[in-house]
Amino acid sequence: MVELSKATAVALAAEKATITRNRWLSFPAVAIIIVFGILPLLIIIVYSFLKAAPYGGVEWRFSTNAYVSFLFQKDIFDDTLQFSPNYLIIYFRTFLYAVATTVVCLLLGFPTAYFMATRPPSQRNIWVLLITIPFWSNLLVRTLAVMLVIRDQGLINNTLMALHLIDKPITMLYTNFAIMLGLLYSFLPFMVLPLYSSLEKLDFRLVEAGHDLYASKRQVLWRVIVPLSMPGIVAGCLLVFIPALGAYVTPLILGGGRHLMIGDLIAQQFGTGRNWPLGSAQALILMAAVLVALYFYSRPGVKQGTHG
Amino acid sequence: MAKAAPPLDIKAQTGFRTVAYLCLLVLYLPIAVLVIFSFNSGNQIMHWEGFGAGWYGSAFYNQDFHSAAITTMTIAAVATVISTIAATLAAIGMTRTKAWPGMAAAFMIINLPLMVPEIITAVATLSFFALLSTTIGLSFGLGNLILAHTVFCIPFAYMPIKARLEDMDLTLENAAADLYATPWNAFRRITLPLLVPGIASGAALAFIISFDDFTITQLVAGPGQTTLPLYIWTQIRLPLTPEINAISTILLLVSVAFIFMSFWIARERK
Repeated sequence: MVELSKATAVALAAEKATITRNRWLSFPAVAIIIVFGILPLLIIIVYSFLKAAPYGGVEWRFSTNAYVSFLFQKDIFDDTLQFSPNYLIIYFRTFLYAVATTVVCLLLGFPTAYFMATRPPSQRNIWVLLITIPFWSNLLVRTLAVMLVIRDQGLINNTLMALHLIDKPITMLYTNFAIMLGLLYSFLPFMVLPLYSSLEKLDFRLVEAGHDLYASKRQVLWRVIVPLSMPGIVAGCLLVFIPALGAYVTPLILGGGRHLMIGDLIAQQFGTGRNWPLGSAQALILMAAVLVALYFYSRPGVKQGTHG
Repeated sequence: MAKAAPPLDIKAQTGFRTVAYLCLLVLYLPIAVLVIFSFNSGNQIMHWEGFGAGWYGSAFYNQDFHSAAITTMTIAAVATVISTIAATLAAIGMTRTKAWPGMAAAFMIINLPLMVPEIITAVATLSFFALLSTTIGLSFGLGNLILAHTVFCIPFAYMPIKARLEDMDLTLENAAADLYATPWNAFRRITLPLLVPGIASGAALAFIISFDDFTITQLVAGPGQTTLPLYIWTQIRLPLTPEINAISTILLLVSVAFIFMSFWIARERK
């Protein structure tokens, strides 16, 4: 009895030592992210409830002005608040851009990922590499490349003019079209890769079974393949939707400051002489939208496709 | 002939091949234009006058490009070393072990930088360093950027290291333990060498993520702290010359080199 409890004590002590060791091993990474990643987020929560200082930065006095001015504008004559939808419109427009980007990426990305997954293994690696290269390439450079194609003297206009199909360049840069194209171009690989890794694991015997039971190819696609790849579809949509909501480089370069999205609206508030508390509040409202998207993703129902 | 179609036919969906090649075209056409026009000998960015590598020469002698390259490399190298060490230690402490209290939270914290949109991280980090310098006069100089980069490099370094640890066979380590190797020796002689590919591929990802970062760098950078993406941004706002194509092509080449390295390491695994 005594022996046994001694052995248990030794085992317990060893386990405790392992836990302590594992905690210490994880400590540096966790500490760096808490201090330089999470603490800053807490600071902008505080900032959003402070007064704006006249030359950028904040004054340490409590104020809900940032949130009020998100929706209202003070009348200069009688100080009454008037509803002003300017920021809401930008948020709504960004939401539409993000949804449209996600849908188009899915429509292009799903067939691509499926085609990749049905190649022989040797070709698959090449396809994955070809999609991975843009995934990891510099976003700014890629956006600049899009600009070179759609400028007034860009590839498309130059080609059309050389073919005498048009005599004046078609304006594409700094339009909604430019932003949509830029977002699509930026985030397409983010859709293809998770879809591919989901479709690659697909059990194609189920496709054969569907075929044997006289389902047409499109029926097999909608009834078997799509439901089975739902986890990949959801992951891909999230990986496109969230960065598209926060897009900054695309509107900066292809929107020319005229078609604002949330990302460059927030960055603008943090320039000198701008309103930091308002920018903080705008950032937090964006964060709330992202958390809502993540919440829908984490709901158990969404990922059920795996067992479908 | 047999009535049964070959299996590939059952899998194939009409039109999918076309869409796949269309995607490749969309993804590569703009990059191809950028690279081709970097070899334009003329002064105009989109008017082809002849083949020449002159703009690479002019980039080579461009002092601003040099100092931006050095700043970028310094930040990326230091952030990669710190984040890879921290990520390796965390992966060892959190993989193939009994879940300890707080481990799930630690895992969430490490992955957090991936969930927060970059622009939010950027303004938050800017506010944080501004607060440090206005209240206690503390600024780390280039260290501000290095710390900001380290935060988002950690999860990228962590993923492949963790995956490698999970794939690793326990047999060798158990054998070492049976042969009376101390835990430290077993780790140093067996686990660590087996882990090297994971660490290398994690470090490659961390480096490329730091090297390419624009959004966070742009907002956090102090005066005179110009990285290559920031340099490109200042040039985009001026009348464009093919030199910007040449510099962009060099950046793309660095990315591609690191991706190939990471791919090659991953294939060696098998």
